[in-house]
Amino acid sequence: MKARQADRFATMMLWGVAVLILSLLVAFLIQILGRGLPFLTSDFFNGPDGVRGQLFNSFYILFLSLVFSMPVGLGAGIYMSEYAPKTKLTDIIRLSTESLATVPSIVFGLFGMIVFVNMLGLGFTILGGAATLALLNLPILVRVTEESLQAVPRSYREASLALGATMWQTIRKVILPTALPGLITGITLVAGRALGETAILIFTAGMNVSRKLFDINPFAAGETLAVHLFAAKSNPLPGTNADQIADGTAALLIIMVIVFNLFLTIPSRWLQKRLLGKNKV
Amino acid sequence: MPHRKSWVYFNDRLSRYLFISSAVLVSLIIVCIIWFVGMQGLSTFREVSIFEFFTSSKWSPDSGQFGALSFIAGSIGTTLIAILLGGPIGLAGAVFLAEMAPPWVRAIMRPATDLFAGIPSVVYGYVGITVVVGLTRKLTNSPTGYGMLAAGIVLAIMILPTVISLSEDALRALPGTYKEASLALGATRWQTIRRVLVPAASPGILTAIILAMARAIGETMAVQMVIGNSPRFPSSLVSPTSTLTSNIVMEMGNTPFGSTWNNALFLMAFILLIIALVMIILVRTASRKGASH
Repeated sequence: MKARQADRFATMMLWGVAVLILSLLVAFLIQILGRGLPFLTSDFFNGPDGVRGQLFNSFYILFLSLVFSMPVGLGAGIYMSEYAPKTKLTDIIRLSTESLATVPSIVFGLFGMIVFVNMLGLGFTILGGAATLALLNLPILVRVTEESLQAVPRSYREASLALGATMWQTIRKVILPTALPGLITGITLVAGRALGETAILIFTAGMNVSRKLFDINPFAAGETLAVHLFAAKSNPLPGTNADQIADGTAALLIIMVIVFNLFLTIPSRWLQKRLLGKNKV
Repeated sequence: MPHRKSWVYFNDRLSRYLFISSAVLVSLIIVCIIWFVGMQGLSTFREVSIFEFFTSSKWSPDSGQFGALSFIAGSIGTTLIAILLGGPIGLAGAVFLAEMAPPWVRAIMRPATDLFAGIPSVVYGYVGITVVVGLTRKLTNSPTGYGMLAAGIVLAIMILPTVISLSEDALRALPGTYKEASLALGATRWQTIRRVLVPAASPGILTAIILAMARAIGETMAVQMVIGNSPRFPSSLVSPTSTLTSNIVMEMGNTPFGSTWNNALFLMAFILLIIALVMIILVRTASRKGASH
């Protein structure tokens, strides 16, 4: 009997924990959106302290960082999945990818500061920020690429190679298209993470924003939304409505995260359905 | 025709080299990071003794005192609080998801934990300042509420998704026969979970905990916003203090590149880097142990 009581008690506790986790999230969203949504007016974006520059910089730096990291990340992922023989070299590559994935972002930030700000003498620039951010993206891209390519059935490769296609033709025409939904999910994941990154950008892209609208000069300093929230909350300038800016920025960031999460699930599901439908015929 | 064919093989070889060089480039990056951050950081020891840096808690760079013990203690303290709070909750969540949750609950919890993982760390810090610090101030009657407890609570929430998803994977990877055998022997579900499933999945769960610790100790923005940023040894859980990461953010801007002070900050980053690398080696050992089961 005691065992059964313990079982019932444990079941209740575990349900309790699940409810706790979910209510934490709900409380987070209500707290952030409840405080911030009222401030998201057009003045919040375009006013004298408006954040449209930061919003633009966030996406601009994200875009550049993906441009830098995707070719290398996808290439390394393809190598690890399709070619990598079991040798010392691939073992080292795997170990270093895993290590890169656990490097704290502030260490990336300081590394970027040494290389781009000081050694190359660029100062705080969008370019340096994006290049350093690319390093953060890389290990996740490699892993995601490797995983989605591994999910492609072996028979696809064998069929293609048996028809006389080269490795490259097989990868380009068979494996990559089949793995596309997984790749897109992975890239969205990477993008969502890069969009909220702060510690790296404080030390590389700086905390200033261009006065021009949509300034695409990569050698300008570029404060992003996340950095802006940090600045508004941790050393607010006296005389500004820093608290309102922080509330609004936090809400905007959360909305962006939610939108990215939706992107994460919907298009990949849709693509999968479409591709599977095609393959069935 | 032969011309076209050689073109095809050329492409094949070229793409192969490109893929290999990308992979090698990725591994070179970690070497570069260790080299540059390490060189910059270790040059601190030209002016400061190793002994002083690791065992003194007197940090006043203006008068040449570089004791980083307070920051190291702050980092370890907040990480331990985070694991003690977030570890059990995350593990319970994972057990719930793997063994109990009906499909519709799982359909809610999965995206919910993904969302937790997607929230930027500054936003966690923002919630820390606006909510958690007030909470710890009220609960403990401390003057500010800033300190290791507030940072630990924020970190505990931040590491939940890591603990939950990795532990759940470990539990799901177990062969179904384990559970069936235990239940067939008349064990209750809870007995099966506690005596069979969790012990069998322990290497994977250990990996989850180690990676969560790595995330917690390296977390910067959220911690910096709620730790109080006073370079003093933490005298209690709710006294303002600093961690390795928060101190780098606080002081990096005021120090000229190449000065001893600046180098000492790089040394702190190098310590964080070494901790992260040690954790990866621990994870590898844990998973190898799991594979040999």
